[in-house]
Amino acid sequence: MIKTISELHSFKGWLFNFLLLGLAVVLLPLLNIWLPEDSAWHVPNYMFPLIGKYLCYALVALAVDLIWGYTGILSLGHGVFFSIGGYAMGMYLMRSIGKEGVYKSDLPDFMVFLDWKELPWYWYGFDNFIFTLLVILVIPGLLAFIFGYFAFRSRIKGVYFAIITQAMTFALMLLFFRNNTGFGGNNGLTDFKRILGYSLQEPSTKMGIYIITALILFLSYVLSRYIVKSKLGRVLIAIRDAESRVMFSGYNTLHYKLAIWTLSAFLCGIAGALYVPQVGIINPSEMQPSNSIEMAIWVAVGGRGTLGGALVGAGLVNGAKSWFTVAAPDYWLYFLGGLFIVVTLFFPKGFVGIFSRSSSKNNKEVILND
Amino acid sequence: MTNPEAQIKDVSVDTSHGCILYIEGLTVSFDGFKALNDLNLYIDEGELRCIIGPNGAGKTTMMDVITGKTRPDKGTVFFGQNHDLSKMTEYEISHAGIGRKFQKPTVFLNHTVFENLELALKAEKNVWTSLTKSLSGEQKDLIEKDLETIGLTEQMNLRAGLLSHGQKQWLEIGMLLVQDPKLLLIDEPVAGMTHQETERTAELLASLAGKHSVVVVEHEMDFIRSIANRVTVLHEGSVLAEGKMEDVQEDPKVMEVYLGS
Repeated sequence: MIKTISELHSFKGWLFNFLLLGLAVVLLPLLNIWLPEDSAWHVPNYMFPLIGKYLCYALVALAVDLIWGYTGILSLGHGVFFSIGGYAMGMYLMRSIGKEGVYKSDLPDFMVFLDWKELPWYWYGFDNFIFTLLVILVIPGLLAFIFGYFAFRSRIKGVYFAIITQAMTFALMLLFFRNNTGFGGNNGLTDFKRILGYSLQEPSTKMGIYIITALILFLSYVLSRYIVKSKLGRVLIAIRDAESRVMFSGYNTLHYKLAIWTLSAFLCGIAGALYVPQVGIINPSEMQPSNSIEMAIWVAVGGRGTLGGALVGAGLVNGAKSWFTVAAPDYWLYFLGGLFIVVTLFFPKGFVGIFSRSSSKNNKEVILND
Repeated sequence: MTNPEAQIKDVSVDTSHGCILYIEGLTVSFDGFKALNDLNLYIDEGELRCIIGPNGAGKTTMMDVITGKTRPDKGTVFFGQNHDLSKMTEYEISHAGIGRKFQKPTVFLNHTVFENLELALKAEKNVWTSLTKSLSGEQKDLIEKDLETIGLTEQMNLRAGLLSHGQKQWLEIGMLLVQDPKLLLIDEPVAGMTHQETERTAELLASLAGKHSVVVVEHEMDFIRSIANRVTVLHEGSVLAEGKMEDVQEDPKVMEVYLGS
């Protein structure tokens, strides 16, 4: 096992990875703590939740790349798994507010506003962090497993599968928009005060969450890399390229698709849970169909089936989004759509493909089987 | 749904009566059109059988039924005396020992030649072993031996997408061989091959008979003459004639529907 992990990357590759990790979890925090605020190299406090948010998106992109880039199953519903992880964390954070809400009640504010007297049963347990953690780790994957079992068993694939996942996220969004569903309606969950007793306003708490996010992203990357470099990864690509050949070679492709689909949702749920305390809100708009489509675009822009490309794509597109929504908010969606078309037509291997193209002239990737 | 026993390496196939494949009264229809109509066919163990017939005779549909891709409306398909193929999934059938080569060469274009064979190689094929186990030395030897048989040793690290058409056909045959099936179904192996390649393929297939049972569907008459002892002629979903190539060729019924025209 140890041996194979060292084989996942060349020495240079690992060096690069650890440098990047060191930069993220050591250097940036030190630049914040040690340097005076007027220094040009000082990293301001507000940067940490911002970068942390991008790292959550990167984790989502990694999850989407496993299922789409490697296995060829396009999901346009990953926003659901992201949101479930986010809502679970949000519920914990709501319960942690205690009686400090606007109405000084033990119930979350929105429930008081709706004149509810008691906590609904499905909110039980969320004042306990361990319970919340279990929900975050189990429910998104479980939902994906059940959904995937029926979809893959019926051999639904391609565009049909993508449409069904869009419908799933849209349906759940409508459900969560209702006040009666009990998750705060269209306002969602917000006004969080603290996590595990630490104030969310404190820069040190924000930095802590950011560092945990970076570490989880790193571990998820190593895990994904381990998977795609194993024979399992080669079977996944084979399923993408010629599923019937894989079946006739004696593989039960249902199990393979289900395993990677569930893992992908699992990672996405974790990303959502890390996202909520850093942005301070979760609401049903995270389940908009367009959000899930955007997730696929991150991967397409960065380069499918490369893992690294997914991370780069999430950063690039969201960086552009942050800039655009300030400079020219009306044009963002046009830009995003245009970007997707340009990438699909001219750079099918994405941003990463532009750079690696020259090096492997001899072994060009063939995307489709005939 | 999943039968764990089907994952176990060697599945016994009862061929005590000398037959490995029994097809009886097989009927498959698509929207009223009978692709197979009361088809009866028996393949002996170790035999090399060629199946010919005009387009639409039901050759590919028959292959689809044997490999579990299509379910029959009527009739039975048995592998040995103990495996009812009409109730098994594709991967279970593959585990039982039936390998199939498609009409269009179907290999994994983004994998190297070696990786293609690794994926096909007979082994435990569940998710967990795929994640944790890598090839043993013995398995590597098997693959290397197979590479020699199909003449692709030099290309082993090349992506399969870069192979010529004929090389892809051989790679697919090589993938069947490392699967170590008892019965090979081979759909049009020499389509698009040069004369030389065709000859080599004929030699390769002929050398397989005996150890394996081989069923070849082909249009190319010279090729069939060079390998087959027994030929079955399909027409409109059932057997029109069966026997030695010379006899079949003389058969007036066959001449009318196929060879004579």
